[in-house]
Amino acid sequence: MTMTPDTTAKATGPSTGTPSGTEIRLDRVTKDYGLAAPAVDDISLTIEPGEFMTLLGPSGSGKTTTLNLIAGFETLTAGSIALNGTDVSDVPPHRRNLGMLFQNYALFPHLTVAQNVAYPLRERKVGKREIARKVAEVLELVQLTGRDDNHPSQLSGGQQQRVALARAIVFEPEALLLDEPLGALDRNLRSALQTEIRRIHREVGSTFVFVTHDQEEAMNLSDRIALFNNGRIEQVGTPQQLYAEPETLFTAKFLGDSNVFELGEAALDANVAWDGESWVIDPATVAAHPGVRASSAVVVRPEDVEVAGGRDDVPAGANAVRATVRDVEYMGSYRTLLLAMGERGLPGRTRVSPLQGEYAIGDDLVAWWRPQAQRIVAA
Amino acid sequence: MSSNKIKWSSWPLLVPALALLAGILLVPLADTFIRSVSAPGTYTNLLTDGVTMTVLWRTVVTAATVTVAALLIGYPYAYLMTRVSPRARGILLVIVLIPFWTSVMARNFAWIIILQDGGPVQSLFAFFGAEDVVLYGSTAGVTIAMTQVMLPFMVLPLFSTLGGIDRRLLLAARGLGSSPTAAFWKVFWPLSRGGVMAGVILVFTLSLGFYVTPALLGSPQESLVAQLLAQRTTLLLDFAAAGALGMVVLVVTLVLVAWANRMGGTVSAIGVVAASPPKDR
Ligand SMILES: Nc1ncnc2c1ncn2[C@@H]1O[C@H](COP(=O)(O)OP(=O)(O)O)[C@@H](O)[C@H]1O
Ligand SMILES: [Mg+2]
Repeated sequence: MTMTPDTTAKATGPSTGTPSGTEIRLDRVTKDYGLAAPAVDDISLTIEPGEFMTLLGPSGSGKTTTLNLIAGFETLTAGSIALNGTDVSDVPPHRRNLGMLFQNYALFPHLTVAQNVAYPLRERKVGKREIARKVAEVLELVQLTGRDDNHPSQLSGGQQQRVALARAIVFEPEALLLDEPLGALDRNLRSALQTEIRRIHREVGSTFVFVTHDQEEAMNLSDRIALFNNGRIEQVGTPQQLYAEPETLFTAKFLGDSNVFELGEAALDANVAWDGESWVIDPATVAAHPGVRASSAVVVRPEDVEVAGGRDDVPAGANAVRATVRDVEYMGSYRTLLLAMGERGLPGRTRVSPLQGEYAIGDDLVAWWRPQAQRIVAA
Repeated sequence: MSSNKIKWSSWPLLVPALALLAGILLVPLADTFIRSVSAPGTYTNLLTDGVTMTVLWRTVVTAATVTVAALLIGYPYAYLMTRVSPRARGILLVIVLIPFWTSVMARNFAWIIILQDGGPVQSLFAFFGAEDVVLYGSTAGVTIAMTQVMLPFMVLPLFSTLGGIDRRLLLAARGLGSSPTAAFWKVFWPLSRGGVMAGVILVFTLSLGFYVTPALLGSPQESLVAQLLAQRTTLLLDFAAAGALGMVVLVVTLVLVAWANRMGGTVSAIGVVAASPPKDR
């Protein structure tokens, strides 16, 4: 595990595709609707050309507002937005040349599939023959050849969203903005369309900004994720970075399961104490700035937690805590033990393989992990 | 749209309505038709007496003017209704329905006072330099008063149609490169066409049959079809000619409804239109 202290400044770059995408730069962007708190609060984010960037976060955290600010559907309260270095803060949406995909598809019900897809080309005064060629091409890309004359209401949800996708990319926009485009689809269809969106991103090579509240979807699709919380960006990084190196408790809890031990106002020296246990700290696992001591927490992923019958079975140098089995969940290839840890019985979880023997509710164990596997974050 | 066949057992539910329609519509209609063709030359007289065709044409022009005026006023009004708070919407609805709840006579006498020579409207025109505008006793005055009464028939179907249009489609259009004006004409307007057609048909067909308003506000020299009909039935007792005239008006109306149906979808009695509806919104 490597440390990347400043994940916001660096991009891992586009996965593949032509390097023809557009850079989107948000500089200290704020949107205030006059509610208790701004919907988007002083956000700075640079989306690299050709990058698949996901805005992830709970409902109401400001993702849609941010996307609408980029699209130009909302006006900025403060800050600026630039496309490829050109400030577009005052450019109306129809002149920003961005493709947009909505959760409800937003297909024009009075137009056929082909007319829907041709719409942005007509608005750009593209010639008839050119329109026919491009529409056929893009319908093939989304695997809807032959449905030209259908009306949207004759298509399934997944097909409608593919028409919307075709319509959003046919005019080769600067970037594609997707607001929970798969939210209305069932699980299987969603996963199929995820694959398709990734493929199209590779083939088209333009910048994608994807909004979702589904962390699994974000992990699957993204080059980088910007994690939103209460109108602010909590952390930006690759899916691996966010999962393995969370900087805050919010990030650790939002992406995947974690065991969280809140330390309170502990001094982060070589050791920390929790519930009578003394744990070793690996300096590389401290996410917060070294000077910050206030309120931190130890985070350990379930797959990094091992169980032993007693203290004697714990390897030297590992951090350990007393635990009681509260429940056993059978997950197929592995089982999850739900634990009560420490004297206070803090809920925790770990994964065990069938080879590790049987566990029953009420078993007293010792849970342990290596100091390198834990993460110390701001709580 | 639904492919469900109506069960045979539910057909008896239609019997009362069908019986009523047969009694008050089909039988009198057949009677009128038979009378109109039993006397020789009624229809050729209509075309050649020099009065009927003039009045019929004037009626159609008046009804068309009322329809266009109601659409021009009603469309923005209905649009506004879809955009304001429920409270304000209620108030707007009441305003448009007030002439509906007022007695025909009270309403028309009110218009006489407003439109008469030296009345407020004429004074207003005079104030802006148009000294010789005559409204009371003219087709213009009749048109104004009729438009007011017809407004709810335009506003209500429009309101229901415009309110059902997904406004996110406008955002989508903007994102795809349409200016606000283009987004309106290419997306919003076509989607509102069903409501427009419903309103147009209701207002136009109802306007063809106005009697009290032109009788009170208009001039006897500029009568409309309903007055002509009344004259032929109550004064001249020429039921064959009156029946023929009625038949002509009916045919004009049916032709219009058929045309509008092809243009804008199926019109139901209350004017709510089911034109290829968007499935998801
Ligand atoms: N048009 C608006 N007017 C007022 N408040 C809004 C508007 N749009 C969004 N908000 C508020 O801004 C916050 C962020 O909303 P949004 O960006 O839609 O969140 P998300 O997409 O992450 O769920 C929410 O508290 C929401 O209620
Ligand atoms: Mg949202």
